[in-house]
Amino acid sequence: MIENLNWPATVVFVFFFAVVTVMGFMASRWKSGPLDVLHEWGLGGRRFGAWITWFLLGGDLYTAYTVIAVPALIYAIGAYGFFAVPYTILIYPLLFVAFPRLWAVAHRHEYITAGDFILGRYGDRWLALAVCATGIVATMPYIALQLVGMERVIQALGFQGEGIFSHLPLTIAFVILALYTYSSGLRAPAMIAFVKDTMIYIFVIAAVVYIPTQLGGYGAIFDAAGAALDKKAAASGGKIAAGLILKPAQVMPFITLAIGSAMALFLYPHSMTGILAASSGNAIRRNAIALPAYSLVLGLIALMGYMAHAAGIQVANPQDAVPQLFLKMFPSWFAGFTFAAIAIGALVPAAVMSIGAANTFTRNFWKPFVDPNLAPAKEAGLAKLVSLIVKLGALLILFVMPTQFAIDLQLLGGVWMIQIFPALIFGLYTRWFTGPALLVGWAVGTLLGTWLSWGATNWTPASNFFGWLSFNSYNGLTSVIVNIAVAAILSPILRGSAVDQTTEADYQDRRVPA
Amino acid sequence: MKYVLLLVPCVLCLCAPFYNTIEPRLGGFPFFYWSLLLLVPVSALFILAAYKGEAR
Repeated sequence: MIENLNWPATVVFVFFFAVVTVMGFMASRWKSGPLDVLHEWGLGGRRFGAWITWFLLGGDLYTAYTVIAVPALIYAIGAYGFFAVPYTILIYPLLFVAFPRLWAVAHRHEYITAGDFILGRYGDRWLALAVCATGIVATMPYIALQLVGMERVIQALGFQGEGIFSHLPLTIAFVILALYTYSSGLRAPAMIAFVKDTMIYIFVIAAVVYIPTQLGGYGAIFDAAGAALDKKAAASGGKIAAGLILKPAQVMPFITLAIGSAMALFLYPHSMTGILAASSGNAIRRNAIALPAYSLVLGLIALMGYMAHAAGIQVANPQDAVPQLFLKMFPSWFAGFTFAAIAIGALVPAAVMSIGAANTFTRNFWKPFVDPNLAPAKEAGLAKLVSLIVKLGALLILFVMPTQFAIDLQLLGGVWMIQIFPALIFGLYTRWFTGPALLVGWAVGTLLGTWLSWGATNWTPASNFFGWLSFNSYNGLTSVIVNIAVAAILSPILRGSAVDQTTEADYQDRRVPA
Repeated sequence: MKYVLLLVPCVLCLCAPFYNTIEPRLGGFPFFYWSLLLLVPVSALFILAAYKGEAR
C-alpha cells in the first residue's frame, strides 16, 4: 500500500493537511456568533468583508477539479480547453451588475438561498422546490469530482491500495472535513481558503517562471505541444479535433460553451452561499474587480497541459498530466506542496457545496413541505446533519459509480443549473414573468437540455438542435433560450394570485443616484 | 446605460474567429493565448471603470 510512497512529498502533504484541519476546527470561534442559527452556521452571519470574500469565492469557484480538469482538457485536445478563459471573463460583469441587487433583497428579507428569494419573489413554493432540486442534483456530482481531483494527487504521491483500501486516505480526509464543517459551518472553508489560495498562487508562479527555463521557453513549449496535438489528430484520422488553435467546427461550441457556463456558474448553491455571505453589496462589487486575478491563474494552470507535452509526459489518463509534470520538474518536497494545494483546494469547495446544498434542502424542501413549524435552532441542526449526508452521498457516488458517470453528471448539471437563470436573474429586474410560467419554462428547458445531450454512446455537451442550426451549440444555452421563450409567452396567460414580498426599493443596496 | 462599457470585454472575448490565429506571437505565446490572457486584466479595468463611474 505504501511501498512506493514518495516520502518527502508525503510528509509535506500531510503537514499542510494537518494545519488546515486545526484551522477548520478553530474557525468556529472566528468572528464568533451563535452557531445554532442557520444564517450563522450556513452563511457566516453575513460578516465577510471584501477581503475574506475574495479568498472564499476564489477558493470556492476555482475548484480542485478545475485545476486538474482544465489542463487535462488542454493536454488532450488543445485550444478548445481554453474556453475556461472567456468563460471566466464573462462571469464578472454579471457578478458586478446583478448580484449586489440579489444581495440587497436577500439581506432585507433574510433569504439565505436562491430558493428563498424565488419563494419571496414569486410566492410559488413549487418553483422554489424546482430551484432547490436543481441545485442539489447539480452539486452532488460536483462534490464527487472534487474527490476525484483529490484522489489523483494522492495517487501521485505513490499511494496504492487494493479494493476497499484504495479509497482509504480519501475517506479519512473527507470524514475530517465533514466533522469540522459540521461544527464550524461556513467559517471553516472561509478560513482554510486563505491557506489554499496562497498555496495555489505560490505553485502557479513557481511553475510558470521555472518550468519554461527548463524546457527552452514558451515558444518551444507551444511548438512541442502543437506537434504532439497535430500528431494525435492525424493518428485518429481526423476523428479527434485537436490543435493549438480551434478547428472551424469548434468555434461555435467554444463560444456557446463559454456563454452557457458563465450564465450557470453563479446559480450553483455554493456560489450563491459565497456571495450572500458577503457583508455588503459593495464587497461583491469590489470582488468583481479583483476576482479576475484567479482567472489569470486558471489560464496559466491550463497551459500546464502544454508544458506536460513539452516535458515528454505520456499518460493514459490526461488528468494525471499535471501531477506527473510536477513530479518530473520539481524536487519531491515542492511536488508535495503542490499536491497539498490541490487537495486543500478540493476541501474548500466541497465544504461550501455541502453547506449550500444543506441550506437549500432545509429552507426550500423540509420547511415548506415537511415541517412548516421548524424552529430556528432545529433548522440549523437539520442543515448540519444534511451537510454530513450530502458529503457521504458524494463519497458513495465515487465508490459505486465509474468516474466517467460523475463527469457526465457534472456536465449535465451545468445544463440543468442554467435553467433557473430566467427565474433568478430576470426576476431581479422585471415583473413580467410569473411563477407558474417560469416553472413550465424550467421543465421544458431541463427536458430539452437532457434530451439534446443524450447521445447514442455517450453524453454530448453540444448539438445542432435537431438539425435546425448550421453549427453545434452548447445544449445548456440552446435549451435555456427555449426556456426563456416559453416562460415569456406563458407569463401573461398563467398569472396566478401569488403575492410578491419584494418591492423595487429592496433591490437597492446603495444611495439612489441623483 | 452606464453599464454598456461592461459589454466591451464580453464581446471581445467571444470574437473567437478573430483571435483564432497563431501569429502574431508574443514571448512565444500564440495570439490565441496571449490575447485572451491579456483580456482578463483588461476586463477587470472595465469593471473598475464602471465601479468608479457608479460611485460618482
